[in-house]
Amino acid sequence: MAHLSSMPTLEVGQDRTMILNMGPHHPSTHGVLRLILEIDGETIVRIMPDIGYLHTGIEKTCEAKFYQQVVPLTDRIDYLCPLTNNLCYVLAVEKLLGLDIPPKAQWMRVMLNELTRINSHLVWLGTHALDIGAMSVFLYCFREREDILRLFEMVSGQRMMTSYFRIGGLALEPPLGFFERVREFANRFPAKVDEYENLLTGNPIWGMRTKGVARITAEDAVALGASGPTLRGSGVDFDLRRDMPYSGYENFRFKVPVSQDGDVFARYICRVREMRESIAIVQQTLDGMPEGRIKADAPKVILPDREKMKTEMEALIYHFKIITEGFAVPEGEVYQAVESPRGEMGYYVVSDGTAKPYRVHMRAACLANLQLLPAMCGGRLLADVVAAIGSIDIVLGEIDR
Amino acid sequence: MPLAPTITELEQLKGHPALAKLLAWNSEAVEGAKFDRDELTIYIERSSIREACGLLRDDRDCPFNFLVDVTCVDWYPKQPRFEIVYHLLSITRKERVRLKVRLGDSPEVDSVTSVWPAANYFEREVYDLFGVRFNGHPYLRRLLMPEDWEGYPLRKDYPVEGYR
Repeated sequence: MAHLSSMPTLEVGQDRTMILNMGPHHPSTHGVLRLILEIDGETIVRIMPDIGYLHTGIEKTCEAKFYQQVVPLTDRIDYLCPLTNNLCYVLAVEKLLGLDIPPKAQWMRVMLNELTRINSHLVWLGTHALDIGAMSVFLYCFREREDILRLFEMVSGQRMMTSYFRIGGLALEPPLGFFERVREFANRFPAKVDEYENLLTGNPIWGMRTKGVARITAEDAVALGASGPTLRGSGVDFDLRRDMPYSGYENFRFKVPVSQDGDVFARYICRVREMRESIAIVQQTLDGMPEGRIKADAPKVILPDREKMKTEMEALIYHFKIITEGFAVPEGEVYQAVESPRGEMGYYVVSDGTAKPYRVHMRAACLANLQLLPAMCGGRLLADVVAAIGSIDIVLGEIDR
Repeated sequence: MPLAPTITELEQLKGHPALAKLLAWNSEAVEGAKFDRDELTIYIERSSIREACGLLRDDRDCPFNFLVDVTCVDWYPKQPRFEIVYHLLSITRKERVRLKVRLGDSPEVDSVTSVWPAANYFEREVYDLFGVRFNGHPYLRRLLMPEDWEGYPLRKDYPVEGYR
């Protein structure tokens, strides 16, 4: 969109190359990404991503909402990991308010975040393999994804747009039988990852399409702002969950998968191993889930229980005030980052002391990761572009916001 | 957990590697600093931002080698109106710092794309949504909005519903 009038022009003497449009409706561009490719035969000379087709102005909308009304908007940014977005936003506002979150809420948040990571990686693995031509993996992945979506539905009432985290805690107590269902899934899942790996990791065709393809060095990845598995696939050992822990991640033991090769296969193997680590974290949260409240002690910020609201005068007043005029947040600014399935997701929230955020900015991991695409694909074949797009795992909702 | 009071005294904040480095380099480039909610903000004088960023990136003890984000805040109708906000991260030392440049009379500032190529899209986004120009940017065009869009949507004097 933004590039429409900026098509790379061909100069005299350069008539070897041609311009090819890929997208915005190409199935392998994962949404509405348009790529303008300048190709010489099958070889990529230049590649220019064109984004903005999904721009909905969420940052502007946030400025017109109360703080608690922004939570459902955050679901819609990266629609494959809504709970990670919820978490990042509520952590930022909680930091502005100076709230202490009870341990049970923190552990629930960690558990659901890791399930979200698996959910997101399953979609990535299925579509990435589908793009390259391994069609059956998609069906296997979506089988397990369905189980996770059912867990989300059980706890929040929604399969995708969960909005389960609230400023100060969680929306509701997890329902009866929830933890048993999660444990049953967690016990079953590692064998499923073996199944995916049996289909792909040792598969010679998969290896030929991914090994040595779309290579990026660690220096380039850092300079271009890559994060998450895209960065770790190039050998930079950095994970916010371990290195700058938030929401109680320091209580869990897990490994951070790193690969030195920097190609499509390296990013693939990092993500697949991450799924195994995530399920290990889920097991740890189940084993040690603390008892207690799920909301912080801040009646002016957190809606009272439904039951209390109907029987206690004070609770009714708080409920009325929060719903009609929100709650004021002390002046200041905060940048909170979490490790989303795609990399560093950050929320920069500025408060001017009123009940509406003065500015909410989302640092989208995909936007930065997309900048790697020209560096990865220059001089390579057209078919490798498809593998490269899949390997950086973009979500256009997050890029365009 | 009550909020700790904000510290704005440069003397008390000198222990932070980024601020110490910048003060040792050119104390006139540092307009001020703020430590609030465990986050350090350094206000940089407009003309020195590119050099300051290069200096922090190449620091031997604590290299802020990762540009996390560039964004902008519009304080309309207050002056100076725009604040460009840079979030830097040191992957080796696991430190963060926030740099800010205040833009008063004219909304333009030097681009930091020569320091971190990552700034390319971030600066284009700020240009697109706030109308702040980045001098020396290799390809300063709208990123998210259509090329022929009028106005800059994230400015505070732009209505939420848009112009009708």
